[in-house]
This record gives sequence, structure tokens and C-alpha cells, in this order.
Amino acid sequence: MKKTYYLFNPGRMSRKDNTLKFTPVDESGKEGMPKYIPVEGVSDFYCFGSLDANSALYNFLGKNGISVHFFDYYEHYTGSFQSKEYLLAGKMQINQTQHYLHTGKRMAIAQKLITGAAFNMSKNLKYYHNRGKDLEIQLTKIDLYAQEIENTTTISGLMGIEGNIRQVYYQAFDIIIKDHAMEGRSKQPPMNELNALISFGNMMCYTLCLDQIYHTQLNPTISFLHEPGYRRYSLALDLAEIFKPILVDRIIFRVLNKKEIQSKDFDFHVNKVILKESGKKVFIRAFEERLNETIKHRTLNKQVSYKSLVKLECYKLSKHLLEMETYQPFKIWW
Amino acid sequence: MNITGTHIAYLHTCHRKLWLFANGIQMEHTSQIVAEGKLIAETTYLDRARKYTELELDGIKIDYYDAKNQVIHEVKKSDKVEHAHFAQVKYYLYILIKNGIENPSAILEYPKMKQRQIVDWDEGDLAEVEKWKSECSAITHQYDCPPLLKKSICKKCSYHDFCYAGEEYEL
Repeated sequence: MKKTYYLFNPGRMSRKDNTLKFTPVDESGKEGMPKYIPVEGVSDFYCFGSLDANSALYNFLGKNGISVHFFDYYEHYTGSFQSKEYLLAGKMQINQTQHYLHTGKRMAIAQKLITGAAFNMSKNLKYYHNRGKDLEIQLTKIDLYAQEIENTTTISGLMGIEGNIRQVYYQAFDIIIKDHAMEGRSKQPPMNELNALISFGNMMCYTLCLDQIYHTQLNPTISFLHEPGYRRYSLALDLAEIFKPILVDRIIFRVLNKKEIQSKDFDFHVNKVILKESGKKVFIRAFEERLNETIKHRTLNKQVSYKSLVKLECYKLSKHLLEMETYQPFKIWW
Repeated sequence: MNITGTHIAYLHTCHRKLWLFANGIQMEHTSQIVAEGKLIAETTYLDRARKYTELELDGIKIDYYDAKNQVIHEVKKSDKVEHAHFAQVKYYLYILIKNGIENPSAILEYPKMKQRQIVDWDEGDLAEVEKWKSECSAITHQYDCPPLLKKSICKKCSYHDFCYAGEEYEL
């Protein structure tokens, strides 16, 4: 099983024969003990620290289909190194474009994405509702908004409903989470700890979706709910809607309520709050655990990981675009 | 359209797989079983690379061709879809004959099973292979993907997750 590696420590990555060699370098420039990573075991790298590498290394990674994702100091996703597109399919590209251009076809997919997202958000609230948190009001409201999804005729109308649902959903965070207040969603920059955590988690989810899309024939720039190609691989944003409640929000509830992440894990500035390395590490560990957790899939009839649910979503979307099967969003059933 | 040995093999395995493959929806890179097959082919006969040549001709690629004896060597992991392997090498023989090579033959090798199978060019094969070729183009050019046929071989196919991924609540 290939693994994702998260690089926090600065250092130099190089090719050593057919293995990867990582030499950590400390602040004074002193090299530490090198670590060797067999290339077959790597699916991708997430770079949070500063990485020193040369083109020979990238050629080697490219040949092995290993991506490197980069993040800046403020934990924003800044870009990726990916080997040349190896899965081009003209028919898929054309069909994907057609589904974007045709308003009815585009709406059909966009509505499904929001339906799935709303369902998964409700499911999170129900979990806590059944454990003594009174979330009746929020659940009812989300339900009412969700019923309007199918009546929408424009993307902006649909986005409006999505905004309403999300607002109610985030209100519920204040009831679910014990010690940290939501105080409304703030991003770019996040204004408090909870918002910082949500931003970081959503970014991780987005990157995961992007990486899974990359391993299919879908074009990451042509999206249905979000406007395509606007500064971002917007299809990853589309898919992330479905998975954020399952992969990100539940982890946030856990790490805060169990005090795995506390105020000391954040850096407070005048106009923003960001997660410290200690906090990132805790979150990523929990996120990885979650991704590797498996469930018995109902139509595949075998154990699959949460991570592969994202890939399966790409497959279902592919089949929809090729007019093989109507896309149905993933709805968590447990 | 350029028809390769893979197309002919898929025609004899699953029409849906053929259509997807021909339309660029390729899945081999995700399959452990495909990787294992490749590894077997690469590591079984280590002197092969010296003795035989790689041959590219009319869009097909034969990994091991014994030019002296006009013999194609095709290595496979298991004989699960043996008829598809047969068809594939028959197609290679067809291409060789069309290019003026006399009396070629092929050997299907299953190193894991310690078995080999000789495939000769027979009378009547010409018409058969040409029929496959036209079936191949007909399937790959049709607008719709052929429907899912639930077969026992599906479980080991690299397209399994693609074909079977779905949501149960709609049923």
C-alpha cells in the first residue's frame, strides 16, 4: 500500500539509486542522519517545511507518478508538482465540457453535489443530536433548505441555498464543540482557532480530492458547482463538498472535544489565527487515520478505505459524464 | 483506428472493457494484478532480452520475438482468459503474415503455472481475424458504452471498481 508522506522538517530530498533519500537540515545548516524511503511505497508528498531538491529528483518522482504538493507558511495550498498528464481521454474531456456548457446537465450534477453535502452535514449533526446535544432546530432548517435544492434553476440560486445550509450547520458547531466558539465562519484569514482549523482541514480535503482526480481521466479544471478554472482546480472543490463533513468536520469535533488540539497549538496574530506545526501534526495524524479506516462498501461488496471513497466518487462522476449511469452522490450510511 | 493486441484480447474478454479502453478510460495503472503480471513478464526469463528482439509493427508491439525461428513469445500470468490470449497472438501472427513473414508461430507461456501452449496459424484464421477487427471497430466507435455484464472474471479486472462503484440508496 502506497503512503502519503508529510514533510514538516526542512531538508534535502535526493535520488539515491532507486530509493529516495531525505537529509534533514537544521536551522544552522547542519545535516542530520539521512532517512531512506523506498520509492514504491510513496503515493505523494505534502510539503509544509522547506524542501531542497533538484531536477534529477523531480524526474525520478515524475517517472514514478509521485506528486508533490506545496503549502506556504500560512498553510495555504500553493501548487503541485505532478508528472505529465498520463491519463488523457478525448471523449471524457469532450463530455465533461458538454455537461458544463449545457445548463440543465450542469445543474443536475451541481444539485446532486449539494444534496450529498447537505445529507452528510445532517448526518454529522444527527450523530451529536443522538448523544444529547439539542440540534433539532438546525436539523429542521437544513432539511427545509435541502428540499429547495431540486427547484433551483441557476447555479447562483443553488449556491445561495448551499450558503444557507452551511450557515445553519456552522451554528451547530457552537453546540457540538465545548470550549471553542465559532463566532461565525471567517476565512482569508481565519479569525479564531476553530476557523483556522476548518480552513486547514478544508485545504487538506481539497488537496486529497485533487490528487484522486489526477489519477482518473477527469479534467480537474472543468467543474459544475464552482466556476471552472478560476485560479483553482475547481472540480476538486466540487468533490470536496461531499467529503468535508465526513473527513474534516468530524475530526475537528474529535480533536477539540478530546483536547488533542488546544489553544497552545495556534499562533495568534492581530488579524489572523493560524495552526502551529504541533497542531497540524495532530490534525494530519487524525486525518490519515480516518483516510485509512475501512468500511464494507455496499455495491463493491468489499472493504474500502475512506480515501478510496473519493476515487470511487470520481468513477461515478466519470460514468455520469459518459452517460453510462446517473451520478448519485455519496451519502454516509452509518 | 489502430488496433493493438490489447484490443483483440479485450474483445474476447469484455466488450465494455474494450470500449472504455479504446476511449481512453484506462485503469491498468491502478491494478495490483496488472502490476504483478508485468513483474512476472519482466523477471521470468532474464536471458530473453539478449536472445529475442522487441518488435513494433503496424501498431502492435511484441515483447519477445525470436526472429531466427519466427516465433512470438507471449508471457501471461494465468490462463483464466486463455481464449483471449489465443486471439491476441493470432492477431500478431496475422500482422506478421501480412508483412511477408512466412510460417510464423507463437508460444503462450504461463511461467507461474509451468505451462506453455503453442499457437499455429491455421486455415480459416484469416477470415476469423478480419471479423474480429471489424467487430473491434464497431464496438469502439459506438456512442454508448456496452452494458455491465456481471461475470466471475469481473472480480479480478482492473475496471472492477469503476464498473461496480455506485450508491445503493437509489435501488
